[in-house]
Amino acid sequence: MGIISRGFSGRHGATDLKLPPGQHLTTDFPVLSAGPTPHVSLDRWEFRIDDGTDVLRRWDWKSFRELPTENITIDLHCVTRWSKLGTSWEGVSLDTMLADVKTDASYALVRSYGDYTTNLPLNDLMNKQAWIAFQFDGKDLAPEHGGPARFLVPHLYLWKSAKWVRGITLMHHDRPGFWESLGYHNCGDPWREQRYSGDE
Amino acid sequence: MSSHTYDYLDGNAAAGELSKIFAMDVTAAKGQCAHCGATKRFAEAHLYMLGPGVVARCAVCEHVLLRLVNVRQRVFLDVRGMTYLSLDAAQLEASSDLDA
Repeated sequence: MGIISRGFSGRHGATDLKLPPGQHLTTDFPVLSAGPTPHVSLDRWEFRIDDGTDVLRRWDWKSFRELPTENITIDLHCVTRWSKLGTSWEGVSLDTMLADVKTDASYALVRSYGDYTTNLPLNDLMNKQAWIAFQFDGKDLAPEHGGPARFLVPHLYLWKSAKWVRGITLMHHDRPGFWESLGYHNCGDPWREQRYSGDE
Repeated sequence: MSSHTYDYLDGNAAAGELSKIFAMDVTAAKGQCAHCGATKRFAEAHLYMLGPGVVARCAVCEHVLLRLVNVRQRVFLDVRGMTYLSLDAAQLEASSDLDA
């Protein structure tokens, strides 16, 4: 199990609680969902990486949990304007999951149980920028927060950190996800306040 | 006694948002789910309002009926999840009579 240093936890030091523009601090962990909470049993959970035609990699829960994990401390920034700092998670790096995938794709569409989707450039998922987390604060991730496993892409607004993930489709052309197709920004960098389409 | 808690509201909770867009009361309209074909009053839809936008889902199959997002001075509305909405035209005529 690796330990990720505070260097990956955001753009502030221990005493400098600088927030992205337009955000306020919360110590709660609000639950925001676009639909009912899926209750996915571990014996039917699976995660697939595909290219839109063929399945390139597939894990069931047992093989997923055999992958090397990392403890990460990160800040969360929700586009609804709350930020929660210094949250502790355990998960598998997307670097690990994509390591043996040969692709010349440039984009990824993340898919969830419950049919939520979100899109990202593939580069945003690599180089220690994204994880699939299964524990929060030392406990199994609760269904309302995305359990059994959710995406974490902490350098982007939280809608990009899809809950209840089930797979990634690798694509040559970008395709907007659930919120990106309805007025939200395609990239979603909180430090550049990329909330809505048309924001720089 | 059941202690089940719900994570959604009913479709009536969207009345305010929808009244900014439509001249008629959409919550009283009947809509057909484009996924399962169920036809119900919009007021019966399951409404998720705490996220980045409003999402109304079919009370039968939970597929998305309507999505609405306020983006600064624009409103984005997606109603692809409904085959149709059946509205009471008499309501509009009554409204016109009041305006006259």
